[in-house]
Amino acid sequence: MLAVENLKVHFDVKNNRGVKTKLRAVDGVSLHLKKGEAYGIVGESGSGKSTIGKAVLNLAPKTEGKIEIDGRDITMTNRANEAWLRQNAQIVFQDPHSALNPRMTIMRSVAEPIIVHTKTRGHDLRRRVEELLDIVGLSKQFIYRYPHELSGGQKQRVCIARAIALEPSLLILDEPTSALDVSVQSQILEFLASLQRDLNLTYLFISHNLSVVRYLCQRVGVMYLGNIIEEGTTKTVFEHPQHPYTKALLGAIPYPGATQPQSAPPLIGDIPSPVDLPVGCRFHTRCPVKVANLCDRLAPEHHHQTLGWASCHLLDPDLDKVGGKPE
Amino acid sequence: MPDKPILSFIDFKLNFDTFDGVYQAIDGISFDLNPGESLGIVGETGCGKSVTAKSIMGLLPSPPAEVAGGGIWFDGRNLLKEKSSTLKSIRGNEISMIFQDPMTYLNPVFTIGKQIVDVILAHQKRGNHGRSLTSKQAFQYGMELLDKVHLPNPRRQMKSYPHELSGGMRQRVLIAMALSGQPKLLIADEPTTALDVTIQAQILELISELREQLNLSVIMITHDLGVVATVCDRVLVMYAGQIVEDASIKQLFNNPSHPYTRGLLQAVPDPAKPNKKLKGIPGALPNLLNPPIGCRFQTRCSSASEKCTRMPALNKIRTNQKVACWNVGTT
Repeated sequence: MLAVENLKVHFDVKNNRGVKTKLRAVDGVSLHLKKGEAYGIVGESGSGKSTIGKAVLNLAPKTEGKIEIDGRDITMTNRANEAWLRQNAQIVFQDPHSALNPRMTIMRSVAEPIIVHTKTRGHDLRRRVEELLDIVGLSKQFIYRYPHELSGGQKQRVCIARAIALEPSLLILDEPTSALDVSVQSQILEFLASLQRDLNLTYLFISHNLSVVRYLCQRVGVMYLGNIIEEGTTKTVFEHPQHPYTKALLGAIPYPGATQPQSAPPLIGDIPSPVDLPVGCRFHTRCPVKVANLCDRLAPEHHHQTLGWASCHLLDPDLDKVGGKPE
Repeated sequence: MPDKPILSFIDFKLNFDTFDGVYQAIDGISFDLNPGESLGIVGETGCGKSVTAKSIMGLLPSPPAEVAGGGIWFDGRNLLKEKSSTLKSIRGNEISMIFQDPMTYLNPVFTIGKQIVDVILAHQKRGNHGRSLTSKQAFQYGMELLDKVHLPNPRRQMKSYPHELSGGMRQRVLIAMALSGQPKLLIADEPTTALDVTIQAQILELISELREQLNLSVIMITHDLGVVATVCDRVLVMYAGQIVEDASIKQLFNNPSHPYTRGLLQAVPDPAKPNKKLKGIPGALPNLLNPPIGCRFQTRCSSASEKCTRMPALNKIRTNQKVACWNVGTT
């Protein structure tokens, strides 16, 4: 239903000497989402996960690549495509406080997309807004309130109501629970899961919180520096991670329990700058199991497993022939 | 209990005087912190965990903050009764604090070195080490500190500006500054919330390592139960300005007893049990301008009864576990 082919988003930046260079935020990403699926993208800040979401909605400039939703090519951005896109794909942002206009009532905020895209007005409009608030579990009395009168969780529900107002088939959720407390986060997650079942929505769920992705998504892609480096069903990726980065990422989650599970030592160093990408495998500067004279030269290919793939030289069955040895 | 506690809260109460009335941010909390212990304080937004930390440091402006009773004892002194000059020599030299967003606490227009040297010199002026450093020696000491927090290439970093460092590196710089006065107690207020998980793991490991090396007591304030489980020995669970449970890590996760603690644990997705149904805690925090009488959790508690309109005391129910709830038996 959503197909992204070889998407590249490069930004022009100047380095500290004033020379123009490229910041490769997303560098050759392909995604294929089935209808009714929840697909999670995880990665650290700066990995380009939010940029993908924005590029799909044409909120970020695409350098290269092709995007299709429901078989319609929306790579070209003309008026017709834009209007169609806004009705069929919507986004919920991280911070509901800044996503709602403080001077608009909840009624106006939720009604806005309906007014722009349809001819519903008056009583029908009000009834529709009430219906939407009911879907997200807010009572009618909220309709003439202002955002500051609502708690964080309630505001996020309003944002979701606004996003589903035009009955889109694709919903992009960009860290929808990061700004919320755990008890509220769990309410929103439960609600998102049931909403997806009821409306048969497709989710592109962007998060840095792996536990949340695991809870909500069927498939997951792990991003590092503009590339997806491992993809698979949530179960496979979380239970049998193949890529060393995925392993490190999973090992770094603090476990809420009395005894800490055995895990690998934390990764050394920081994520490199997307302006000055490492040659070869992008992870080799931090990789604990890198192969000398190979990982810093050649970018690894995708190595497919039954329920997913990962791009790492160590998964190459012909590794010996290429001539590398693990350090 | 081995030694006498380094820090004790005794029935501490703190209000904020606002235009709408008196906001009872902290309502009678008592706990002890032993030397070398690492104590976590968890709770949701607005439960008073940061206010607790700031009142130790005396960082809350008064007005609006107003101590309404009780005391905070540190090393035999009541911090609430001390002169401000004494407090100045305690802050940084005996108690240090690191904060959530490292960028906000570094001055963007000065180099890291300049800022560390400033901190070192300021503290030794009021100092308790009895030595007086020249600025050259302070620079040297600054580099040693950066080395201690494992910042690569300290000499170069001393000359760089905050914007040239990543979030994790900035947090390391702040930790180095906090250690410059050789404190006995380090208060970390959500030190890793702004960081990525891999960087968070690095910082948490650093804090544990320094704690062991320097025999620091640590108070770790966080909303993340995972973080607490990684670095703390003991946890206080706070709700609406009160301590509802005080337990060792083992008891907290194996026998969570207060309904709120249980609710919190059920709300966190468990990496080991992905199909666990998540349960939120219905309702929202009570308004502390006009808090419910008695147990403050009663409005959201499923097992609340009439006796909950009286305030339950923090009772010991097992070794290393105290709970403030009428429905948890002390038998």
